[in-house]
Amino acid sequence: MKKTIITVVGKDTVGIIAKVCTYLAENGINILDISQTIVQGYFNMMMIVDTAGASKKSAEISEELKALGEEIGVVIKCQKEEIFDMMHRI
Amino acid sequence: MINFFEVAETNEMIDKENLDVRTITLGISLLDCIDADLEKCREKIYRKIKEKAGNLVQTGEEISREFGIPIVNKRISLTPIALVGGACCKTPADFVSIARVLDRAAHEVGVNFIGGYSALVAKGMTKADRLLMESIPEALACTERVCSSVNLGSTRTGINMDAVRMMGGIIKRAAHLTKERDSMGCTKLVVFCNAPDDNPFMAGAFHGVTEADEIINVGVSGPGVVKTALEKVRGESFEVLCETIKKTAFKVTRVGQLVAKEASRRMQVPFGIVDLSLAPTPAIGDSVADILCEIGLDRAGAPGTTAALALLNDQVKKGGVMASSYVGGLSGAFIPVSEDQGMIDAVQAGALTLEKLEAMTCVCSVGLDMIAVPGDTKEETIAGIIADEMAIGMVNQKTTAVRIIPVIGKGVGENVEFGGLLGHAPIMPVNSFGCENFVNRGGRIPAPIHSFKN
Repeated sequence: MKKTIITVVGKDTVGIIAKVCTYLAENGINILDISQTIVQGYFNMMMIVDTAGASKKSAEISEELKALGEEIGVVIKCQKEEIFDMMHRI
Repeated sequence: MINFFEVAETNEMIDKENLDVRTITLGISLLDCIDADLEKCREKIYRKIKEKAGNLVQTGEEISREFGIPIVNKRISLTPIALVGGACCKTPADFVSIARVLDRAAHEVGVNFIGGYSALVAKGMTKADRLLMESIPEALACTERVCSSVNLGSTRTGINMDAVRMMGGIIKRAAHLTKERDSMGCTKLVVFCNAPDDNPFMAGAFHGVTEADEIINVGVSGPGVVKTALEKVRGESFEVLCETIKKTAFKVTRVGQLVAKEASRRMQVPFGIVDLSLAPTPAIGDSVADILCEIGLDRAGAPGTTAALALLNDQVKKGGVMASSYVGGLSGAFIPVSEDQGMIDAVQAGALTLEKLEAMTCVCSVGLDMIAVPGDTKEETIAGIIADEMAIGMVNQKTTAVRIIPVIGKGVGENVEFGGLLGHAPIMPVNSFGCENFVNRGGRIPAPIHSFKN
């Protein structure tokens, strides 16, 4: 399993989750966990996904999600889990 | 499993507080490039850099994209060129021809700086050391990315005052040769006492002779992260203050450790050290001076500054050492002037002087850094400033350095613009009383009594 964290932040609009999930499904990325809140009209989502079966390289997925975010007016980041593990777990 | 808040905290540090990996520096030994023939030596150096560092920039960019952490610089440090060129260089011009090769290789592999145009002369100078030192002004003027450093003293050997005196003149010549560009040459030249072999930061990075053939060293930074963390503990006791710095330094260093291990694995080069330095940039919010203000000073330079910096430097180290398997380099807090907007403001407000900065270097991790002084400052005076700084390093068993820029054609009150990470600086006044008879004595200052530990 290769865990990656996807975060989506931006102004709430219809279909954000749908678009992100469609992209993930098309690229063989399995969603393990989703948490989402809306704070003062701002959409905040964190997904934990498994990229072990993904058809593309991590850097490429990251670039494409970033571009998708720009299309729908939100910021999408896609980062390997290790950076958070390293910082927050001893 | 990682939760929402932890992810948000990390990304906040990256997006809003300028957390970044300041540099991945690949150390390359050039000892096997030594040749009695200058052309062959240059060819070997060029080939080795191209071969070993060919995928450095690409690897750095890949890691950056995958983990979502900016990696600002990719750099190379080399075996001190005085050692490598000793067998074939008969004149300063021969050494300059090596500098040109380094610059060309740096451009081709895409690194923004290449360090190691260096000589280690803490006790004495060989003929090659002397030739290299004489060639520094020309080498810095005719190259763009080559960085030069000279180690002038150490706690174990004392201070080589002949070399200190020489460097006063060399810095002035480097300033003159680049006077059309605000004496830029001097921004790429640093002198040390107790220079570390594994420093990833420029201009002082070189690949020490005690190192392996290749090594990956990583420098992390995050003054903005520390500043933001301290905003939440305003008015609290020193205990709370210090704990907060430690915890923050730990988190910042962990990112460096991750990037260093990844770079090492991908490039199949051993991991050397993480240098956990608070290295400011001219960007707003990326300032060590701002941390000092957050600790409780009106301006950097106010009474209390040295104490505040001492605790900051110490807590950064304490937090960082547990976060990385190997900590090294300079590790601590840097206090450059031109690269730190808070320091620039403090100088302009009259709060920070050269003398106060000197006091601060007793407790910071390096020394007098990126300080612009009037272009008519005498070379003997520059040698005197260097000697003071070397003495602080020698006696306190710490690394100290001087990177000073006598800006030709400019005087106190004027400004100088270096651009990019090097920033801009107000020209600071220098004590005008002479020290010629002192620096011209010749010879060396013996090692201090507490260096005899055998």
